[in-house]
This record gives sequence, C-alpha cells and structure tokens, in this order.
Amino acid sequence: MRYLPHTDDDVAQMLATIGANSLEDLFASIPADCLRKDDLDLPGAMTEWELNKHMERLASEMAVCPEYLVFMGAGSYDHYIPEAVKQLLARSEFLTSYTPYQPEVSQGTLQAIYEYQTLTTRLLGLDVANASMYDGASGLAEALLMAVRVTRRKKIYISSLCHPLYRQVVRTYFEPTGYDIVELPYLKNGRTDLSQVTDLDACAAIAIQSPNFFGCIEDIESLAKKVHADPKTMLVVSFTEPLAYGLLKSPGSLGADIACGEGQSLGIPRSFGGPGLGMFAAKKAYLRNMPGRLVGQTKDLDGRRGFVLTLSTREQHIRREKATSNICSNQGLCATAAAMYMAALGGTGIRELACLNRDKSAYLKGALAHAGFNTPFSAPTFNEFVVRFPGDSPETYDRLISKKIVAGLPLVSYYPELKNHYLLCVTETMDREDMDLLVKEVTS
Amino acid sequence: MKNAVGTTGLILNEPLLWKIGKKGRSGFSLPRRDIDLSPLDSDLEGQGPDFPDLSEVDVVRHYTRLSTWNFGVDTGMYPLGSCTMKYNPKTNERQASLPGLAQAHPLLPPQLAQGTLKIMYDLERYLAEITGLPAVTLQPAAGAQGELTGMLLFFAFHKRKHQKRSKILIPDTAHGTNPASAALCGYKSIPVNSNKEGILDPETVAGQMDEDTAGIMITNPNTLGLFEDNIRQVAAIVHAKGGLVYADGANMNAVMGIVNMADLGVDVLHLNLHKTFSTPHGGGGPGSGPVCVTREIEPFLPVPRVIRHEDQYRLSDDRPESIGKIHAFYGNFGIQIRAYAYILSMGADLKKASQFAVLSANYIKERLKGVYHLPYDKPCMHECVFTDKHQQQYRVTTLDIAKRLIDYGFHPPTIYFPLVVQGAIMVEPTETEPKENLDQLVDALISIAAEAAEKPERLREAPVNPKVRRLDETTAARKPCLAG
Repeated sequence: MRYLPHTDDDVAQMLATIGANSLEDLFASIPADCLRKDDLDLPGAMTEWELNKHMERLASEMAVCPEYLVFMGAGSYDHYIPEAVKQLLARSEFLTSYTPYQPEVSQGTLQAIYEYQTLTTRLLGLDVANASMYDGASGLAEALLMAVRVTRRKKIYISSLCHPLYRQVVRTYFEPTGYDIVELPYLKNGRTDLSQVTDLDACAAIAIQSPNFFGCIEDIESLAKKVHADPKTMLVVSFTEPLAYGLLKSPGSLGADIACGEGQSLGIPRSFGGPGLGMFAAKKAYLRNMPGRLVGQTKDLDGRRGFVLTLSTREQHIRREKATSNICSNQGLCATAAAMYMAALGGTGIRELACLNRDKSAYLKGALAHAGFNTPFSAPTFNEFVVRFPGDSPETYDRLISKKIVAGLPLVSYYPELKNHYLLCVTETMDREDMDLLVKEVTS
Repeated sequence: MKNAVGTTGLILNEPLLWKIGKKGRSGFSLPRRDIDLSPLDSDLEGQGPDFPDLSEVDVVRHYTRLSTWNFGVDTGMYPLGSCTMKYNPKTNERQASLPGLAQAHPLLPPQLAQGTLKIMYDLERYLAEITGLPAVTLQPAAGAQGELTGMLLFFAFHKRKHQKRSKILIPDTAHGTNPASAALCGYKSIPVNSNKEGILDPETVAGQMDEDTAGIMITNPNTLGLFEDNIRQVAAIVHAKGGLVYADGANMNAVMGIVNMADLGVDVLHLNLHKTFSTPHGGGGPGSGPVCVTREIEPFLPVPRVIRHEDQYRLSDDRPESIGKIHAFYGNFGIQIRAYAYILSMGADLKKASQFAVLSANYIKERLKGVYHLPYDKPCMHECVFTDKHQQQYRVTTLDIAKRLIDYGFHPPTIYFPLVVQGAIMVEPTETEPKENLDQLVDALISIAAEAAEKPERLREAPVNPKVRRLDETTAARKPCLAG
C-alpha cells in the first residue's frame, strides 16, 4: 500500500529495537477480552484507477450544470470560482498544516486568517470577526448563546424568515439550556413582523436574516431602531448570501450587534452542503464574549511583524467548561478560500458581481411576472425570489426536472401555507438564454 | 544539525493584502452582461466594502508567498500528538473536486442526488464496521461538534427516561474540548484521576458514579497514548447506575481492526476524519466528526438520516426522538468524500495502518527513553509522552525543546498536554512516516538534548530559521489587533 512505507525489513528492525516478536505483540498488553476477534469486513482495496472510475460513476449520478439548470439557492449558491483561487487553495502548505499552534511555522495560515478577519469586518461593517465557525447555522446558534451570556436574559426571538434549517439547528443547541425561543411571523410583503415582541426588556436578542429566506432584503435600519429601544437587547443579523453585501449597506452600519452567516458564496464549492464557512463578526464591546478562534497581530523577538492565535482565555482548551464555546477545529481553509476570493474580486469587482446577480435575478423575476406568474412578496430582493406556479405545480416541477431544469426549491415543506410556491435563485452563472428557457418550459 | 533538513533558504517578504494593488485593478473575470440594470431602492444600496483592488498576479503571488511560511505534512514530519498528522493522499483531493460532487446542491430532489447519498450511506456503514457501533451520523463538522452531538444524545436519552442528570465524569487524560462540550448541555464536569499506571481505576469511577451523573467521557487510547485496560469494568459501573459511556475517538488511529468499541461497552463515539481517515486539516479545518452509536441510542441521532430502499437512497426526517440538526445540511460532505476514498483505497490495510502507527510510536519511545524522561514506561499505542524533567537542570523547558526542533526541520510535537504530566512532550509519528524519518526525528531530539546541556541558550533563543522568531503573545492578548 503506497501510504504505508514500512518494508518487512524496517518492521523487523523496529520490532527488534522494541523487543517485540510480532506486530500482534505490540497489542499484547490489551486485555484479551478487549481485542477484536473478527477481521474488518470492508470492500477490497481499490487501485487509484479503480477508485477514479468508481467515483466518476457516482459523480455522474448527480444533477449539476452544464447538464442541468439548477435555479436553486436557499443557503447554497452557484458562483464561479476563479481558477487562481482553486489552485492557490491547493497549495499543500495551506492544505496539509494543522491549527497554527506553533506560530513561527504557521505564519502563512495566520496572516491569511488575519486578512480574512479584516475583509470580513469590512464586508459586514463590524469591528471584530473571528477565524470562522462551522457553518451559518451553528454560527447563528452560537451568536444567540452569546447574546444570552452578554445580556443575562433567557429569551430570544427569531424571524421565521431565517433559514428553516438554521432555526432547527438553533433549537437543537438550545434544547438542553431551557432558554425560550419564539418565532416571529412575516408580513405580507415578505419581511419580518416585529409587532408581536412585547417584552423587549426580557429579551436577549432578536435574530433576523437579510436577504431573508424568501430572498427579500430586510429593513435592518428600522428593525435595529425597534430592537434598540431597549439598550441591552441585541440585534443579530444572519445571512446565507454574503455577496449581497457587495452591494447592500452592511448589517453593522445599519445597527446589527452581531452579523453571522454562511460564507459558501465566497469561493467555496457547494459540495452538497459542506464544507462551508461560518462567518461571525460583532461590535468590539462584545469581543471577550465571542466564540471561536481569533488571530492577532504582534511582533517577534527581533521586532518583525507576525501573527498569533490570541485571546484564547475565552476558549475550550484554557477555560474548559467556562469557555465561550467548545469549538476547536473550525473551517480555516474555507476562510482562506473566502479571503482569496474577496481579494480576487476586490472592492470594485465585488460590487459589479453583486449588481450582476441582482440584475439577472430581476430579469427572471420580471419575465415570470410578465408571463403571468405571481411573485407574492413585494419587498426588494437580491438574487432570490418567491414565485407561485399555478395549479398542479408539483407536476410542473417534475416535468421541468424531466427537461433537466430544477425550478427552485418547493417551499411547502418548510412553510405549509405556501403551497405551489417556489424559491428561485439566479446568479451570474445563468445566461439570459437559460432563464428564457425556464420561462418557456414553465409556461408550455 | 549540519545534515538536518531545516536549513534556511530564501524567504520572501510580503505585505498585508491591502498594502498592495491599486484602485481599478481586477483579479476576476466577470461574465458578460446580457441583461439590463435593475437598481434597487437607493436606501438599501451602499458604497460596497472597502476591499483593495488587485490583479490576478498580485493575488497569486501574495498567497504563494504566504504559503511558503507554513509547515505542512507535505513539507515534513509533523509528529503532533493526538492530531494524527498522517499523509493526506492526493487522490482524495481529486475525488472531492469532481464536478458532480463539488457542484452538487444539498437540497436536490433525491432522484437527482443518488451519488452523494450513496457515498454517505456507504461511509456510514464502513465507519460502523470499523468502530463496531452500528448506527452513524456524519453531520458533526468537527470533533468538538461530535462531542456536543454525543452530549445532546446523552441528554435526550436521559430525558426519555424523565431524568435530568447534572454531572458528567471526565478523566484527567481526556481531550481538552470534552468539558466545554459537556457544559453546553448543562453538565458539570467531575474530573476523574487516572492511577499511577496512567489509566482509569474501576474503584475510582465506582466512587464517583451516581444516579445524578449522565455518564463518562473516555478517550481511548487516552492522551498518554495508553490503552484503558479497565474500560469494560468502567463501562459496567457506569451502565449499572443508568449512565452512558462516551468515547472520544480522536485516537482511533491506534486501534482500527484491533478493538470493537461496542464490545468495550461504548455507547457513543466520535471520530475525527481529519485525523484517522487522512483528510487534510487545512490550517485549522474543515474537519469532520461523525458520531457512531449503539442501536439503543440510534433513535436520537440527528436528522436527516440517509436510508436505502431497493437500491434507491433518500433522506428521512421521520425520527420523532431525534435531537434535531446540528449542521444546516449534512456536515462537511467534501471531507466525507476524502475519508470514503481513503477507506476504499486502504481496505483491510486499515488494520495494518494502526499496527504500523503503534509500531512507530513504540520505536520512538524505545529510542528516546534514556534521553528524555518517560513518565509511563510501558508499551504505548500510537503516541508516547515524554517530559522535560531531565532538561530542567539546564533551565531548558519543553517549549524550548519544541522550538529548537523547528530549526531542525520538524514540526514540534504537542506540548504541555496532557495536563496530567508536567511539561509534556507528546509525540505521534503516524504510520505514513518511513523509518528514516523516525530516525532523523530521534537523532534531532538526541542532538537537542545534548545542546540543552552544552549550549542551552540555543534552545532558549530558538527558533532562528523560520520567517519569524518567537512572538510576543502577551502583547497580542493585552492589546488585541484583530483587523487591519
């Protein structure tokens, strides 16, 4: 086996040094009733050729472009990843290193993460960003636990327009705590309704998502004003599509205390939902309550600039059960990918790309409306929107699949009241002809 | 030192990202615009983020230079204890980046996602076979999230019995994340001392286990690299009081094909695919921390579960007792692909991997045990723990030894962990390092021990060869500068 370099001769020499007679002998100290009797029942080892063929066959069973047109976002987005980003990320010095516990030999990772933190604070308009969380969902759960710690209040409100799967993760994280979670309804225009919040002074945080699960851009500024009517209550802004902030005012500039969400859009392949990137940023006042690793700038013995993991007294390996989180391994390489992607786009490029997403999505939304379909929510959208297909829409949806078009995500399983409603997404990867084809097929 | 691999070469400087580039440059090929502008309400739109504009060359050179300041498994030997820094096969990267897998949307209807569902289904079966625990979730994104999942399973198990237990036993040889993971479920950690042999005593556990204790979190082999010989008795004691046994499987690389965790009395175990199953650690992640459980615990596993019906795979949420979800989708699937490819490449040789990992660790232990203090002089598993006791007389510490090893061209071992040993130096060679590299490491450590006696200042000033020397961590924490 090519990953196992020991020759018979090596093994014999090493066993002799140890004073053991055989490999089995090495385990002789384990009590007999603890040793496994049977052999591992696994498929026979594949050669590299066999593995390639096997994996290609599995990959061919998937509906992806260019064979399929997939108009689906809902927390996982199709954006073009520049070849330069892919190739840089494959540098094995980034890929095959561990967490930078030894900073002298990890400056590449450390500077890359420091730069990621910086770009993230600029994108989200907040003071400090951590080195990443697992994904948007666990980031939101940890943000809300953080709000509970900061405010010492035990109730949170969460918009029903936060991603339904994120809300499930929040509920799982909160289950043993006994803290109260209340979901907020949505308005007719597709934005969050805060009118049911009557006990702001008992509430740790209100969580919204923008653009929300219907693709609608929330009015963060006016929500922030309402939330901050109580000076302690925190506004947590979640997101699934950070590219939107290439164009939209940042959550921090509009009053968010914490912004957290999924960074997959920024140069990370969808990969069936992971690995993605939990982005997490907050106001400086909350720094010492933040979960996750932080990279800080410092100097070495000779006065040269360098970077280290810092403020680790918040973390599990030092604070143990009093840590702000149990997170250890994070999504470091994905954060590095996001930094590379943001660097490749630049300030000018991210704005242009975001505009293109907005415009392409608006084109399809307009074309469907023109063809007579109802787009029920009137609030402005970025690159996703909801459309109602008439009549027997599951049939229409299946018919489109047979034409190799995935016409968005059926919303009924997440919002039972939205029968025949679909969440559609258009990014820069869709051509006008692709969208015209969808309209033609759905109307035929 | 003369022949060590860690001699200096040309190290290039590189400024911070925003100190390079010029407004108006671009490193991105934007698609052609084939539709009109549709501006939003101007109240919503901002100026866009303050990012530097760089050309593609700027970006490529920036990150290439940064990468050269890093040490990875591909650079050299990385004997970081408890982290299992084995070789990360290149073919795994290829498989994970196949367009059909890398571009797959997680919410595709099942008939359009048979390939990924089959990978998940089969990987679960393989991990069940390797651990002996029949039901598996791949959802946890890393080891610590696997631990949290495990604790949530404990919580749900006791809740079904209308019990709310408040404590959890955690041995002093367990992993550092364990107490923090348990705390998220409201469990108070009760430390359990290991005996003078470095393992758990059933009597000690019996004295601490009661009906208000949810169970025990055991790392086996433990962080001293020792097999917990009494694990079956310990498990019986915990079960008799209605508790559960959690095994931290971060050290599974020692025992694949050697033990069956279910037979040891383990109820719940997490694996680190980025350790035992060869997936790259990426400078801190992404990892993957599947959790394997007994049939009794299976109803509580996170949803969705992958199920097979007549060769068709689909996802099912129909598990009323499930703890819910801990990842938006199905965990770090791209990492799962790599582990799947590794298992298929290795087959039954996985057992050999464990045997060789243990062989290499024992070899290093034997060769170094006169040079460095070995607190537990008995056969070890895949890692061995030394201390700086012999070097203290020269006012040389574990930290100095570790830093000096960098100058010799090695990544340092894990240091000052486990806490149960003062000044611990925890060496895990893994099975993928050839004997010559093990000998080079041993020779370097012997040479460093000699330097400690003769020229201790060399160790205190080390490292001198990398990009930077020792960094001022105190100022970094006191006056945090976290963004530029």
